[in-house]
Amino acid sequence: MAAVELSGVVKRFGPITAVDGLDLEVPEGICLGLLGPNGAGKSTTMRLLTGQAIADAGRLRVLDHELPADAKAARAEMGVVPQLDNLDVDVTVEDNLAVFARLYRVPDVGAAVDRALDLARLRGRRRDAVDQLSGGMRRRLLLARGLVHEPRLILLDEPTVGLDPQIRTELWTLIDNLRTGGTTILMSTHYIEEAERLADEVALMANGKVISRGRPSELIAEHAGTQTAEVYGPPDRLATVRAFAESEGLTVRPAGPAIAIVGSERAGNGAVPEDAVVRAASLEDVFVMLTGEEAE
Amino acid sequence: MRRLEPAAIAGVMSREVANFRTYWKGTTFSSVLEPIVYLLAFGLGLSATLVDEVNGVPYIQFVGTGMVATAVIFSSALPAMFGTFVKHRFQNTYDAILAAPVDVEELVSAEMLWIGLRSGSYGCIPLLVTIGFGLDPAPGMLLVPLFCFVTALGFAGFGVAMAATVAKIDQFNYVTALFVTPLFLVAGTFFPIDGLPQGFQVVAQLNPLHQLVELVRGGAFGYEWVDVARFAFLAGFALLTWRIAIARMQKRLID
Repeated sequence: MAAVELSGVVKRFGPITAVDGLDLEVPEGICLGLLGPNGAGKSTTMRLLTGQAIADAGRLRVLDHELPADAKAARAEMGVVPQLDNLDVDVTVEDNLAVFARLYRVPDVGAAVDRALDLARLRGRRRDAVDQLSGGMRRRLLLARGLVHEPRLILLDEPTVGLDPQIRTELWTLIDNLRTGGTTILMSTHYIEEAERLADEVALMANGKVISRGRPSELIAEHAGTQTAEVYGPPDRLATVRAFAESEGLTVRPAGPAIAIVGSERAGNGAVPEDAVVRAASLEDVFVMLTGEEAE
Repeated sequence: MRRLEPAAIAGVMSREVANFRTYWKGTTFSSVLEPIVYLLAFGLGLSATLVDEVNGVPYIQFVGTGMVATAVIFSSALPAMFGTFVKHRFQNTYDAILAAPVDVEELVSAEMLWIGLRSGSYGCIPLLVTIGFGLDPAPGMLLVPLFCFVTALGFAGFGVAMAATVAKIDQFNYVTALFVTPLFLVAGTFFPIDGLPQGFQVVAQLNPLHQLVELVRGGAFGYEWVDVARFAFLAGFALLTWRIAIARMQKRLID
């Protein structure tokens, strides 16, 4: 059974079409990464799923509830971890959790708070005000707040955006534990590494619709082949190499100070210089090729 | 799920209570001190120099009973305006709450109820202070918390609706100048409105604060039958602003 089913969903904001005929199905028990550049429609999709945005067209079904009519019942069974920290900063850690346990009608608020504190590894800080916590602790608390009622489905909206690498790794471990525990996760992100690390499947989104979907390895094989060759050097040399590779029918993209020749295993003689650094093709190659955006 | 579920409203109010525990001292201090200062300045100051009594009531008691309405509007309309705007625009609090099984109607109702309860309690402080300044306690005063609560509900709805209407926080200056200050000044707190020109007297009758002032004075000095109509007017005001606030917030919060 699918936890989330969207078909032909359209959402417009005046002249801007944020979601443009989106079809998306998330089977129960998997982590689906919604990967796309800024403005692809990921956050709008998340808001549609919580009933905080109403679609102009299409059908939305979440955990067997039709949206928007039955959005409240759907929200009762899902947890949401927002992109922006919206904790109550003057209030204690445990009160932040207790308020949401009540909002979700959890019968035993105390037990739910204790469980969430353990998940966030914040039991020792339960009586501290949130503004006394570090950035990583606050992010863990935000995640625990979304899980305080043990939801069947969790929506993670850019869960590690703006965080330093150490905190990001901490959160990835927490999310990975949820995934292995069987919780269905829909995670929007524009971090390639995050999608590769956590998602069973990735749906690549651009201009309000899914443009490709599959396991990361399948997407790489389908769109980027097996190898990518990175060529370094002065700009005029890179321009020459690029022109020649493209004349041979290869896809070339900028990669920081270098250029990357995607699918270089198909290159003919001379299309890939001998000093090129050859590596395995990656999801980043797919992302840049399909969206035309630089990856983060 | 049903509309207006008590559990959803209680959940939202529990968030307000958790926050209130962090700032109640400052709010309570100013709520007690302000009427004392007003009574000293207007009550004792003016009664010693210009006004002895109004309609047979010592001026300090006239102002003290009127100050209840002042306390109510300043502890309901302003927190509703600024609090709602800040929670929506700067703290993203409503995004978090509306991601839970709570709808806009429940959210607004809970916010209004909380402000109504808080303001209804703080609104009684000037009356207690005035008793300290010599006003005789009367059984009719027991209804004053109810009058304050219902009026505060109305002004909380007004504040929430304004917060959902303005684009920037500094636009509240217009709301304060155009609505809050005139309502406060022509409520009959500091002078009886029957001294105003006829047109102003008619307008003052439509001022919920004036109706509250009259009800509080009724509680202190004796009710009249017209006070039933005054209370009905305040209940209608609360009902009207409740529905307007929900409609405005629905438009603001749901894309």
